[in-house]
Amino acid sequence: MTAAEIHQPETGAMLTTADGAPLKEALARAMRRARFRAFLLVVPLLIFVLVTFAVPIAQMLYLSIHNPVFSDHMPRLTAYFEAHPDIDVPGEDGFAALALDLAASKKDRSAGRVGTRINYERPGSNSLFKSGARKAAKFKGPPYKEKLLKHRKDWADPHLWNVMKRAAQAHTLGFYAAALDLTYDKKGEITRVAPERRIYVMLFVRTFLLSALIAALCLLLGFPVAYLLANLPLRYSNLLMILVLLPFWTSLLVRTTSWITLLQSQGVLNDLMVATGMVGDDGRIQLMYNQAGTIIAMTHILLPFMILPLYSVMKTIPPSYMRAARSLGATPVTAFMKVYFPQTIPGIGAGCLLVFILAIGYYITPALVGGSTGELISNQIAFHMQSSLNWSLAAALGAILLFGVVLLYWLYDRLIGIDNMKFG
Amino acid sequence: MKTMRVLSSTAIAVGLLVSANMAGAGEITVMSWGGAYTKSQVEAYHKPWMAKTGHKLKSVDSPNPSAPIKAQVTAGKVSIDVADVEYSDAVRYCDEGLLEPIDPKTLPAGSNGTPAEQDFIDGGLTDCAVANIVWSTIFAYDASKMTGAKPATMADFFDTKKFPGKRGLRKGAKANLEMALMADGVPASKVYDVLGTPAGVKRAFAKMDSIKKDIVWWEAGAQAPQLLADGEVAMTTAYNGRIFNAAVSENKPFTIVWDGQVLDFDLFVIPKGAPNKELAFDFIKFATSTKPLADQAKYIAYGPARKSSAAFVGMFQDGKTKMAPHMPTAPANLKNALVNNFEFWADRSSELNERFNAWIAAN
Repeated sequence: MTAAEIHQPETGAMLTTADGAPLKEALARAMRRARFRAFLLVVPLLIFVLVTFAVPIAQMLYLSIHNPVFSDHMPRLTAYFEAHPDIDVPGEDGFAALALDLAASKKDRSAGRVGTRINYERPGSNSLFKSGARKAAKFKGPPYKEKLLKHRKDWADPHLWNVMKRAAQAHTLGFYAAALDLTYDKKGEITRVAPERRIYVMLFVRTFLLSALIAALCLLLGFPVAYLLANLPLRYSNLLMILVLLPFWTSLLVRTTSWITLLQSQGVLNDLMVATGMVGDDGRIQLMYNQAGTIIAMTHILLPFMILPLYSVMKTIPPSYMRAARSLGATPVTAFMKVYFPQTIPGIGAGCLLVFILAIGYYITPALVGGSTGELISNQIAFHMQSSLNWSLAAALGAILLFGVVLLYWLYDRLIGIDNMKFG
Repeated sequence: MKTMRVLSSTAIAVGLLVSANMAGAGEITVMSWGGAYTKSQVEAYHKPWMAKTGHKLKSVDSPNPSAPIKAQVTAGKVSIDVADVEYSDAVRYCDEGLLEPIDPKTLPAGSNGTPAEQDFIDGGLTDCAVANIVWSTIFAYDASKMTGAKPATMADFFDTKKFPGKRGLRKGAKANLEMALMADGVPASKVYDVLGTPAGVKRAFAKMDSIKKDIVWWEAGAQAPQLLADGEVAMTTAYNGRIFNAAVSENKPFTIVWDGQVLDFDLFVIPKGAPNKELAFDFIKFATSTKPLADQAKYIAYGPARKSSAAFVGMFQDGKTKMAPHMPTAPANLKNALVNNFEFWADRSSELNERFNAWIAAN
């Protein structure tokens, strides 16, 4: 076939390449090859993101619904629960399973882990399981129920059996319940925890509200700075840019501890106010170890994340637009509101979203300057990761936070449109 | 003499081991609490151990050295060989299978020949941990700023009417709840009985409530003397050694009130899967032997966990301060003292800390 034939196709026939293959397919094949090459280029990054980001997050999220400690180490009792799902406090057969599992757990040193798992929901179970395992290892045979009850009466507590029954299910929504201040009562029904133990819902609300407030403050403070950056002559704007970037490059801890020096009640700011007579020496204002501390320090630390996207958007707005508006008779305010401001919205969206999402996950700064009322949900996640070691609860709290962020992102996309956003 | 022969053959074996180790000098990482405390360990344990064995030792600090252990062990990437942790954490982490078991029989005998198991203060050895010091949570004030009456009892700490001003407290339920109960008139011997009941917990939180608006929370041990020095608080609870060092080494006018002190152990543990397990164990054996434990008291006011060390406790490094009266275990300081009940906290820490967190976060 010659090339000429391609240019003179029969009416209705398919376009073909020189070797007779349909042009459409050949083109698709060529495109596929190009796409594949492009894909190969991003493969390293993709693998990197998967291994270091997606997989750990998925594993962590899985922890929030999956805790196999009990079913792994108490296999007989777990099997017993499967066979007798409706029982409250069992007879000899159930206690035999318990005693044999306890004796085995003494051997492989897992009694403490099982006890800790039950202890999340029934305080006092840790020592019960550990001493029970020591005792059970010495049992020579039945009657197990009698022997265990002789050890501690607690073994007949219906609440304990309820908790064990739930813990025996490796897949559970119990940690999400706990993360929403809910619990199972002694009968096994979901209720709210006692008022003096409610904390997470309040902290979630506080975290979202404070983050929104911080984003708003950053916008308020950052907008004029970004405007100056974009519109001052180069030698001034360069200097200003350095002033913005210098703190941005400084360690988070250094900036936070500097705020402690400034804000504490014997600190620079209070000393200044006392020296100028604004407040008396005994009336020093508490500027940190409370919400004010968290808001001030976080606003400052996150400010560059607002200024930089705003600046990059403002830089692209030609000054001639404002001049044109003015020459057509608009007042400065009208020109700004009608012409300039709408063009900065992509930058505002990007900056607000960036600051808000970063603020939601902050925990070092609130821990250092937030005292008790300035604490955020991330501090509780850190507590459960590092101190209480209840990783499943930490994962559930983290998952709820993640869900909240994704929900807001989706809302943002619906209301403003994510394509509108410009980071630079 | 049989003992002599055993001793000399042990010495030869140790000598061989040391020289063998010299050939390939290893490095271990030891995590501790920072500040004056880490410094005392560097002087009393780290440097002599390095000099003796030729190995290197890297010291790292954390506000609580137990915190990174679970993450490291779970991820299978353990970088810490030895961590210095509190009693309740040593028990909890051991329960969770995160620590290497340590057989007390392999620890060296005391300098007077007492086997290790009898030489350590009761409770100083657990399945996975070896105690090094006895420390205490006390409260202290700045004498130069306290004009008029001086606080003398735990009740005074919780009395902001008689002694106005902010109070520094460690962020966490442990020790605070006990102190609150003692301030409320519960004798030290009854504290854990009372705290074991719902009414007792309520009572402790009610007492904490009475000073809640005046509390400044600290987390790292070095923060407490700092808060006091900055004048941020009128009184603060603290680890006794930190206040001692600020007072004696840095000449701060701080005074310790021993009434209602809460005693605790610090223990060395080896995280499961530590990269240099053998060396780590060697370090622990060395550091918790009679002399190094006694030496530590030269640098900070914590009591050695071995009875045989007491005889060697002498002067502070300045050469003029006798250490004995500054120890939490000095008889004069023990008049109204509470020993931390680790089993109580192993059982109740998640419940009480959750309640504590909820209490603290509520406005």
